Amino acid sequence: MKFSGRVWKFGDHVDTDVIIPARYLTTSDPKELGRHCMEDADPDFIKKVKPGDIIVAGRNFGSGSSREHAPIAIKAAGISCVIAESYARIFYRNAFNMGLPIFESAEAAAQINQGDQLLVEADTGNIEDRTQKKRFKAEPIPAFMQELIKDGGLVAHLKKGQV
Amino acid sequence: MSQTITEKILAAHSGRKNVYPGQLIEAKVDMTLANDVTAPLAIEVFYQAGGNKVFNRRKVVMVPDHFVPNKDIAAAEQCRLMRLFAREQKLTNFFDLGEMGIEHALLPEKGLVLPGDLIIGADSHTCTYGALGAFATGVGSTDLGAAMLTGRTWFKVPETIKLVYKGKLKTWVSGKDLILYTIGDLGVDGARYQAMEFCGPAMTTLPMADRFTMANMAIEAGAKNGIFEPDEKTMAYVRERSARAGKIFHSDPEAAYKEIREYDCSKIEPQVAFPHLPENAKPISKVGKVLIDQAVIGSCTNGRLEDLRIAAQVLKGRTVAKTIRLIIIPATPWIYQQAMKEGLLDTFLKAGGIVSAPTCGPCLGGHMGILAKGERAIATTNRNFIGRMGHPGSEVYLASPAITAASAVLGRIGPVEALPTLKKKK
Repeated sequence: MKFSGRVWKFGDHVDTDVIIPARYLTTSDPKELGRHCMEDADPDFIKKVKPGDIIVAGRNFGSGSSREHAPIAIKAAGISCVIAESYARIFYRNAFNMGLPIFESAEAAAQINQGDQLLVEADTGNIEDRTQKKRFKAEPIPAFMQELIKDGGLVAHLKKGQV
Repeated sequence: MSQTITEKILAAHSGRKNVYPGQLIEAKVDMTLANDVTAPLAIEVFYQAGGNKVFNRRKVVMVPDHFVPNKDIAAAEQCRLMRLFAREQKLTNFFDLGEMGIEHALLPEKGLVLPGDLIIGADSHTCTYGALGAFATGVGSTDLGAAMLTGRTWFKVPETIKLVYKGKLKTWVSGKDLILYTIGDLGVDGARYQAMEFCGPAMTTLPMADRFTMANMAIEAGAKNGIFEPDEKTMAYVRERSARAGKIFHSDPEAAYKEIREYDCSKIEPQVAFPHLPENAKPISKVGKVLIDQAVIGSCTNGRLEDLRIAAQVLKGRTVAKTIRLIIIPATPWIYQQAMKEGLLDTFLKAGGIVSAPTCGPCLGGHMGILAKGERAIATTNRNFIGRMGHPGSEVYLASPAITAASAVLGRIGPVEALPTLKKKK
């Protein structure tokens, strides 16, 4: 799997209330959740973001609540993958379960700038910043996890396995 | 092999003698928990995974508490999904309006959580039950939905940080102040993926209510779980509420810890965590002049009877400042009733506060006290993230029930000592 898109850069400790404010948690509809993604950090985020774009953030991305609505909202907003220095524990697991690819790289998180064009390769964990002509390395996503992501998350993946 | 209490509980539930940090294990769960935000997704997963019967109808617990009493049509639809599921599966422990309280206050009160239990909940504050010497952690709805079906889930065994508290607590210093201080020290990701073990002489004397508050906020340092070793206080709490005894585990003296930190409680002042992270804790003497619009006393962190007693002690005979909206939320119907019997509700109403039905409500900006742009609240809740209690341009300051009650009277954030002395009635 390869992901290419423009960078939306955020800081440390981007919490689940910023990713999807609790006032919208009266639904689990991805479309509706996607419409409010990152709203409290940048009210126009959803208007500016294009399918395939990539979120790059600092430490402890996804801290706070256990809501799966957070990775659902990010995916539904059109974000292809997230790169951060580190992730909060529950979010990390939820992201893969929801089929949202995430990568960990402190160097990438520190050096990539807002608006850079990236090419990210799941097989190798290579992150290429085409704007700055720099390369970074994250842990690759193993083949079985990529299958899970392609299927759209753990449940869809299990269902496919049963057929 | 020497082990921590967390490792022992995980080992016991995975049929092993020992486990070690980093090890991946599959473990039996004693209980799964979901609320009105997370249950609808978990129920969907349960059915999609081919489920038609939960693994144990007594152990799959559901509590609609976040947006309840139903705040709007969407919230009503979510609760309806839960009700239908609870009826279909004949869940013994589905607590609807009337029996419903904030899940993490309600379950221990009902005697459903015991020392040595392993509990997962689709709510990050599930770690509260560590106060009883249980292993409890928050998970997403997908993991929960799967466990509702199988009664099992997988874990990575966490490393443990040992936090040793010594010295006598100052007047008006509570478990809330100690945990805010600790989060300020560790940072909001200082215990990421790890277990926080609370111990030391100051923890032995700490009442259960304060232990619940401390374990509750372990997640705010990024921890997987927070835990206390059960003692006489734990057993007395459990005996009053449950027919089951639970299983007592202790950490071995030689157990390996990632880190050990010591705190001298006699030097810790009441704490206030400034926006927009719980780690922004400051001693009350360094707060400066912070005017507020609203004060909230409640939540899974500080909505227990003991918290209301402290608030009433501060508010008795006093009136909240004209500019302040004081909202008090007893966490469960039992707490509500007890508070009524003890005259606490009377004190709150006379002071000019209001008392809400049990709900998470404003803590997560759901309902019952949402902030407008530019407004500030002091609250006994657990998170002060951007927009947590309403408009993204509003602010939340976290504190204990004593400081929150005092601030409501003062109209600004301040200590109990700053309140004018009450005139004695002749």
